[in-house]
Amino acid sequence: MTVYFMCIVLLTMGLYCLVAKKNIVKKILGIVIMDYAVNLYIIIVGYKTGGVAPIIEPNMPAATLERFVDPLTQALVLTSIVIGLGVLSLMVAMCIRLYEKHGTFDMSVISKLRG
Amino acid sequence: MNGMTLIVKTITDFVVGFIIVFGTYIVLYGHLTPGGGFAGGVIIACAFILLMLAHGKDVAFSKMPEKTAHILDSAGALMFLLIGWFGVTVGFFFMNTFGRGEAFRLLSSGMILPLNIAIAFKVGSSLFLVFSALAVFRRRSFRAMIEDELA
Amino acid sequence: MNPLPLYVAIPLGAAFLIPLLGVWWKKSGETLAPLFTLILAIMAIVQVTRPAAVYHMGGWAPPVGIALVSDGLSTLLLIAINVVGFLCILFSLKYMQMYTGLTKYYSLFMLMVAGMNGVVVSGDLFNLYVFLEVASIASYALVAFGVGAEELEAGFKYLILGSVASVMLLFGIGTVYAVTGSLNMADVAQEIAMRFGGEMNPALLLAGAFFLMGFGLKAALVPFHAWLPDAHPSAPAPISAMLSGVVIKSLGIYAICRIFFNVYGISTGSAGSVIFANAMIAFAILSIIVGGLLAIGQWDYKRLLAYSSIGQIGYVMLGIGVGARVLATGGQLSIAGLAILGGLFHLFNHVAFKSLLFLSSGAIQHATGTRDMKQLGGLRERMPITSFTTNMAALSIAGVPPFSGFWSKLLILIATIKAGHIGIAIVAIIFAFVTLIYYIKVQREIIYGTVSNLVEKAREVPALMYVPLILLAIACVGMGLLYPVVGPRVLEPARDALMNSAEYIQLVLG
Repeated sequence: MTVYFMCIVLLTMGLYCLVAKKNIVKKILGIVIMDYAVNLYIIIVGYKTGGVAPIIEPNMPAATLERFVDPLTQALVLTSIVIGLGVLSLMVAMCIRLYEKHGTFDMSVISKLRG
Repeated sequence: MNGMTLIVKTITDFVVGFIIVFGTYIVLYGHLTPGGGFAGGVIIACAFILLMLAHGKDVAFSKMPEKTAHILDSAGALMFLLIGWFGVTVGFFFMNTFGRGEAFRLLSSGMILPLNIAIAFKVGSSLFLVFSALAVFRRRSFRAMIEDELA
Repeated sequence: MNPLPLYVAIPLGAAFLIPLLGVWWKKSGETLAPLFTLILAIMAIVQVTRPAAVYHMGGWAPPVGIALVSDGLSTLLLIAINVVGFLCILFSLKYMQMYTGLTKYYSLFMLMVAGMNGVVVSGDLFNLYVFLEVASIASYALVAFGVGAEELEAGFKYLILGSVASVMLLFGIGTVYAVTGSLNMADVAQEIAMRFGGEMNPALLLAGAFFLMGFGLKAALVPFHAWLPDAHPSAPAPISAMLSGVVIKSLGIYAICRIFFNVYGISTGSAGSVIFANAMIAFAILSIIVGGLLAIGQWDYKRLLAYSSIGQIGYVMLGIGVGARVLATGGQLSIAGLAILGGLFHLFNHVAFKSLLFLSSGAIQHATGTRDMKQLGGLRERMPITSFTTNMAALSIAGVPPFSGFWSKLLILIATIKAGHIGIAIVAIIFAFVTLIYYIKVQREIIYGTVSNLVEKAREVPALMYVPLILLAIACVGMGLLYPVVGPRVLEPARDALMNSAEYIQLVLG
């Protein structure tokens, strides 16, 4: 249970970083931390104490099959990491462009639109 | 951008070939060992990124021109879709239509191997393009912007 | 053959074919994108005649494999996405000539269509998430396509809030998987119904809250709306039309409907269902009030339209929320059906008139070079076709009979009153008049009035730009008058798909 709780703590830290920091690079870091907190959470969902890698070999005893960790969550996390990479590179590209336009990373200076 | 010192350049020239070979191995044996198209593609892209870091963009673009990277990027994705389309001939999209071969050999997984190769093209070239877009083209537009300011 | 995977495969293939050919052939986007979107639009319209179907990717039956599902609700959204996509591409051909890098524009556009079609046909929670990300990433890039300071800031804001929404959705999906051990929507629904018998356990409630927040952010429901009034006006006009017309609906409203009606299942007497239905109604009322009040004060035409989108999405959500609440509290099925039908009808109408209004704002900006309403006026003299179609859409969205917006709002109001929420119905009626007020402002400042300096020099836009406007205007009028034709074929199957979640499970798991 503690590990799930720690995931939430990590998620909240990312959210704090996103909300409280003015520097847009730090905001991006906040998003990345949140993303990794959720990845960690999903990995833990599929974790099994004393589990083995889910590879089926010939003449495998049935007891080993019981001890397989869940491979699906790992596949989900792989996909989500790749999506995170795509979003991250887009964020960094926009961040560079914003820096070129304004000469600063401070969101309170950049922000002109009222929402 | 003339790159880094002679030591870095020499070592880079030495290891780049090995990195590409290792990446190719990861791609081809992705269905038998940990790895696959994505991981192998990233490793191959890293070889070119290393070239760019050590020698500067001119050398890297002479080995892998931007246009080629763009073509490989789109072609890899289309290849993936086309291989998926082969499945329709038997019944369903992405159905494994190719011969399965003998277990634990290179040709043992039907269309997973060609799919891995397609992903490696896609991922390798797009990662290289992302890096070059973030690292190189910024300078060009930045300079253009300063010139605009002055004019 | 079942055409479901083609809805994803054709635009995805086009998204990569256009830049590949674009290396040698500069016009690849302008030539191929209309062709492929036309094929998709025809396919989507023909989809109406097909019965609900399931496609097993790779030949693996669910719950093991990934399934693509088309039922009434999917068909409704498929028609909206692909027809509006085709019209927006037609409009782009002339409008986008002022931008550079057009192959990338058309490529990203096709990627967005692929993502949305994927969300709508997906029968798997994680697949839905992946397609949602594909569509979102393409739309972030398209909002910032102009790379001006304003576009970049709006795009960045949209990107940050969209990423937070994605994180929440992933958290919810992970929790649902941990509780039920499956990702296939029908399988999850069956598991929830069998294991918990309608009463939800706390983990599922938490996941549901995350889903409501995540999809609510994508749909720009009011506490989560901050990105929309910046992002929608900053994008190029065809993209604004796509974003306001279909993206917020397919990524937000559709997903909320699918998750809460078909996966969680609205069961009578369940405390969890009542909580979610109440939350939906609360968000809806907030959206109606905030969107309506903020729209009145705007002088930027596109920003006014963006706030109006928030308000109108509130009406859609109100219909669906009232339907869910009636189902959850054990009210009459006919009232719930009426509310949901009203919500879906308003959704369908909003696709037509809001994309028309955003396209017309693009046409006005193209002809006069401004979207500031103070500098416009007397457009009727110079641009008769654009003015006429804008008028049609404004009357329709303001709820003037016999245009389509009137009937859908009427259905929602009748259902709300019949369900016993008199207070909510009064608020909705008042804000229907507020909608009328700010569209009268649009008409007075832009279409009628004295001809301003900028409008003096304006000329009617080229045919490629006004043909989409005319087609959408016909849809605005036609949907109101031809309900007996459209309703039973498109809207009522969509309502039935939401009302009978057992049928959905039966369809997918067979």
